[in-house]
Amino acid sequence: MFAFIAHVIRRDLSLALRRPADLVAPLCFFLIIATFFPFGIGPEPELLRRLAPGILWVGALLSTLLSLPRMFADDFADGTLEQMALAPYPLGLAAFGKAIAHWIVSGLPLALLSPILGLQFDLPPDALCVLFFSILIGTPALSGIGAIGAGLTLGLRGSGVLLSLVMLPLCIPALIFGSGAVDAVMTGISPRPYFFLLAAFSTGSIVFAPWAAAAALKISLE
Amino acid sequence: MLEALQIECQRGDQRLFQGLNFCLNAGELLFLQGNNGAGKTSLLRMLCGLSEPVSGEIRWRGENIRRMNERFRGELCYLGHQNAIKEDLTPLENLMVSTRLHDETLDEDAALKALVEVGLSGRAELACRYLSQGQKRRVALARFAQEKRPLWILDEPFVALDTQATRWLSQVIGAHVERGGLVVLTSHQAIDIPAGRIHPLFLG
Repeated sequence: MFAFIAHVIRRDLSLALRRPADLVAPLCFFLIIATFFPFGIGPEPELLRRLAPGILWVGALLSTLLSLPRMFADDFADGTLEQMALAPYPLGLAAFGKAIAHWIVSGLPLALLSPILGLQFDLPPDALCVLFFSILIGTPALSGIGAIGAGLTLGLRGSGVLLSLVMLPLCIPALIFGSGAVDAVMTGISPRPYFFLLAAFSTGSIVFAPWAAAAALKISLE
Repeated sequence: MLEALQIECQRGDQRLFQGLNFCLNAGELLFLQGNNGAGKTSLLRMLCGLSEPVSGEIRWRGENIRRMNERFRGELCYLGHQNAIKEDLTPLENLMVSTRLHDETLDEDAALKALVEVGLSGRAELACRYLSQGQKRRVALARFAQEKRPLWILDEPFVALDTQATRWLSQVIGAHVERGGLVVLTSHQAIDIPAGRIHPLFLG
């Protein structure tokens, strides 16, 4: 069973590496969002520092959204998804592997990039550190919930818009706890409770969402 | 082994067929024919468990495939209309990935041998997007060179193949039936498979 999940992850990663442009595009988008806000708001360090957690978290959320429609679309188009559904393991395991692979190519680089972008908002070092960990811990939830949305909107026209309508409301807890952790450390209180809540939300999403995604995929495959 | 009982199939509002029965035993081949839109692919997808018949049931070794789930899928090998290969990967990688996803082990030498057998020697390291339609079909079929699962369900396996590859595939299917395997296939051409009992079934 674990070998099967590992195969799915490895397969998706090697496919992602063959298309570096798809990997870089969401990161550039994140970079642009984070860079444009200081231009628009103006050079007021105090205000920028206040807004930074929310802006960076929304930026990470939207960048994740950019790569989600492709999670199952290519496999659906070339018949690979059908073969995964016929593998001697539940389809939920394949969806779980794909969600993990999606996190590795989308959530992880976003987390690595976030402290650098945080510098533009004049965040103090401890806040940068908390920002990094909050995005690192929070993005698995986005990949998990995104898998449900991607499964539900598979093969539909205008699926991108529908996907964001389905997925974004479900991601509100990650946004609140994630940016809350950064806010907390800047006001001088411990971010730990936020981290625990975020980790619980992420774990729940990445473990349970793929099964819902698999149910959606089965409907799309019929 | 594989039984279909009173299967009914609907596509949209239209009823394609109803009351379909057949029973396929070890060492037999079901040759499914029919006009375009007669429901051949729909029937094959039902036999795989990808979709459910409106009424009736499909049994494998006497048990409903709905209840067997993974145990049934472990004995099944399906080739659909689409090749299910990744354009970005090489034929070798595609073959390794697809066998692993089906929980089989295939070492690289065996995989290369299978590719040579389907006539892709020298193309093993070339990304599939540079291959022709027929060569892509051969990549998808390479899996069957080593395949030991009892039930093969093949949707138009001969499409896009040249005479040489057609002959190879007929032999592979023939050998599988000889070994006691079951094959369900559709084709618009006459098939020339050297062994086993062939049951023709005409839809529509």
